[in-house]
Amino acid sequence: MLPIRAEAVSYAVGGAAILDDVSLVIEHGAPMLILGPNGAGKSVLLRLLHGLLRPGAGRVTPEVPIRGAMVFQRPVLLRRSALANLRYPLALAGVPGPERARRAEAALVEVGLSALAGRPARRLSGGEQQRLALARAAALEPEVLFLDEPCASLDPAATRAVEEIIRRVAARGTKIVMTTHDLGQARRLAGEVVFLHRGRVVECAPAEHFFAGPASAEGAAFLQGDLLW
Amino acid sequence: MQDLGSAFMAAIALVRDGDAGMLAILGLSLRVSLAALGIAAVVGLPLGALLAVARFPGRRAVVVALNALMGLPPVVAGLLIYLLLSRSGPLGSWGLLFTPGAMVIAQAVLVTPILAALSRGVLEALWEEYAEALRSFGAGPWRAVPTLLWDGRFALLTVLLAGFGRASAEVGAVILVGGNIEGFTRTMTTAIALETSKGDLPLALALGLVLMVIVLGVNALAQGLRDVALRRAG
Amino acid sequence: MVKRDLLLGLVLAGLALPAAAQERFITLASTTSTEQSGLFGHILPIFTRDSGIGVRVVALGTGQALDVGRRGDADVVLVHDRAAEERFAAEGYGGPRRGVMYNDFVLIGPAADPAGIAGTGDVAVALRRIAAQRAPFVSRGDRSGTHAAELRLWQEAGTDPVQGRGQWYREVGQGMGPALNTAAAQEAYLLSDRGTWLAFRNRQALRILVEGDRRLLNQYGVLAVSPQRHPGAKTREAQAFINWITGAAGQAAIAGYRIDGEQLFFPNAGEPG
Repeated sequence: MLPIRAEAVSYAVGGAAILDDVSLVIEHGAPMLILGPNGAGKSVLLRLLHGLLRPGAGRVTPEVPIRGAMVFQRPVLLRRSALANLRYPLALAGVPGPERARRAEAALVEVGLSALAGRPARRLSGGEQQRLALARAAALEPEVLFLDEPCASLDPAATRAVEEIIRRVAARGTKIVMTTHDLGQARRLAGEVVFLHRGRVVECAPAEHFFAGPASAEGAAFLQGDLLW
Repeated sequence: MQDLGSAFMAAIALVRDGDAGMLAILGLSLRVSLAALGIAAVVGLPLGALLAVARFPGRRAVVVALNALMGLPPVVAGLLIYLLLSRSGPLGSWGLLFTPGAMVIAQAVLVTPILAALSRGVLEALWEEYAEALRSFGAGPWRAVPTLLWDGRFALLTVLLAGFGRASAEVGAVILVGGNIEGFTRTMTTAIALETSKGDLPLALALGLVLMVIVLGVNALAQGLRDVALRRAG
Repeated sequence: MVKRDLLLGLVLAGLALPAAAQERFITLASTTSTEQSGLFGHILPIFTRDSGIGVRVVALGTGQALDVGRRGDADVVLVHDRAAEERFAAEGYGGPRRGVMYNDFVLIGPAADPAGIAGTGDVAVALRRIAAQRAPFVSRGDRSGTHAAELRLWQEAGTDPVQGRGQWYREVGQGMGPALNTAAAQEAYLLSDRGTWLAFRNRQALRILVEGDRRLLNQYGVLAVSPQRHPGAKTREAQAFINWITGAAGQAAIAGYRIDGEQLFFPNAGEPG
């Protein structure tokens, strides 16, 4: 699957440009954090890269229907038990029965939810739901995992738990591509940074360079906590 | 008032004595309605789910037609089935006219659009929530249909009850295609119609009361099951 | 899974029902008057016991019953409109027609009798008075045997009720029972067969006002549906039924049916009726 390339990708809704001439490459390596103020087009870029949206202009390669796996800001859990939620995409992916059960159980253990395996997924707490969604995507053992603001509505303890899982998944060799508006989280997780502003990629840099001194004025302002629009 | 009073007394007597004739009629009513509901569910629910997820030209027209078919007059449905099943009709060789099978078909025809239209509405809301996630898992509309049907099962139970209500209350179609044959195709509703036409209004009303109690019981049972299952499965 | 199996089972149970009923049977299209008077409930079990043939009665108006026969959806018709029966036979849909029994029509009306027909004993005079008074009259209006008889009686009275249509002459287009219910509610006159009247429970103010006129005779005939027209018709069983009901045992069974001691139908298969 990797590398995934976005080549001069534009995307508009009702004539309003959301993304404009975006190019970037996703390769194996440390987590890629997509940063930028609200409305910069981070979520749309993630969906284009994953394959849920099709670019209005330009292209994303490889040209397959879906690239990697994705976890949404508000986890979409099926009206089934936690364990059944894990099994569902594995079944879709054609993972055979015994292997499916093994992977689902292991994923539950990894995110610390094995005690809640039989619970209706939608009765879990917000943090548990997001951990379950992460486990579900990770159980697919994707080459690349897209995370859209996975901690946006979580408290610090739940955020820490989710970050821990992300680190472990990344350590197994899965490429993480993640949006966040939380600079602290970006510093903790990022290996490389894509800084997005008004639908354009303003900077693409290793994390330590970006946080040490952004090359762009917008990047600098963003790091200082100035309001960008 | 006198008639109403004697209707209640007659209803109680029918139930208390376990009137064999009435029990047979009641049993047939339930079997026919449930069989029709089963057929309608097998056809109507997947159709509703498919309409909820699929986008194709003419979809709106199909949805409008389906909603209109919910109001299909039973007599019209009955007449169509009658002409189809008549020995002079295209399906005459099946020998189904004036049998419970014909009544099952007629009620299934009436109930299927109800199940399809109502389930489409219910499942469209669910699909809005699920669409991105399912596509992310690589599930297309076809694969989404069984997922929506299973995940929407509690809401669909209410849809099924609406269909059951229509089937069990229906008289116009079953009297046409069933013939209201005593001991063979006489159901609660056709018996009510018959007793009304014989001028035995208290007995007709008593049968109606019994039917309503049974339908109420079926609804209460289904709701109870739903509540228990909902608590366990969320 | 369990739910799905359950549904499947229910469907099969519903469809399997016909097989559970009597193996040998005929479908008899007949009139509401014979069904609702309780006659069939009395005589058909005797026939089934003696012959092993079940009889499924579909009770309709005479016109509809003959139509069901024309479509081949019944094996036998037993109705009461001689002219229509002979037309049915002449068109080759079945027959030959055999007379079975008779009873009579009665002219019913409210006890108050606004047209003053009680005691005339002459049905033509009675109808003329009703028309003259424009007193409410409920007509079956459904091509039934009773409807045909009513129209014939108006003709003999030399009166055309159609000018009162929608006003005092009210065609309900329904069976005998609903017509009686309507007449009871509207305190209207109407023509009924005696059997349905005797079995009718919601009489309210209605009474028999004219009876016994020879023109009120109500003759029933029976015909088998032609196997030439409808190869599916069960000719052998149908003929067995006709032989029985026009034979000694059937005729005796008809004579034996009574409500409150009153005989409802008078067998006359032996006569050229």
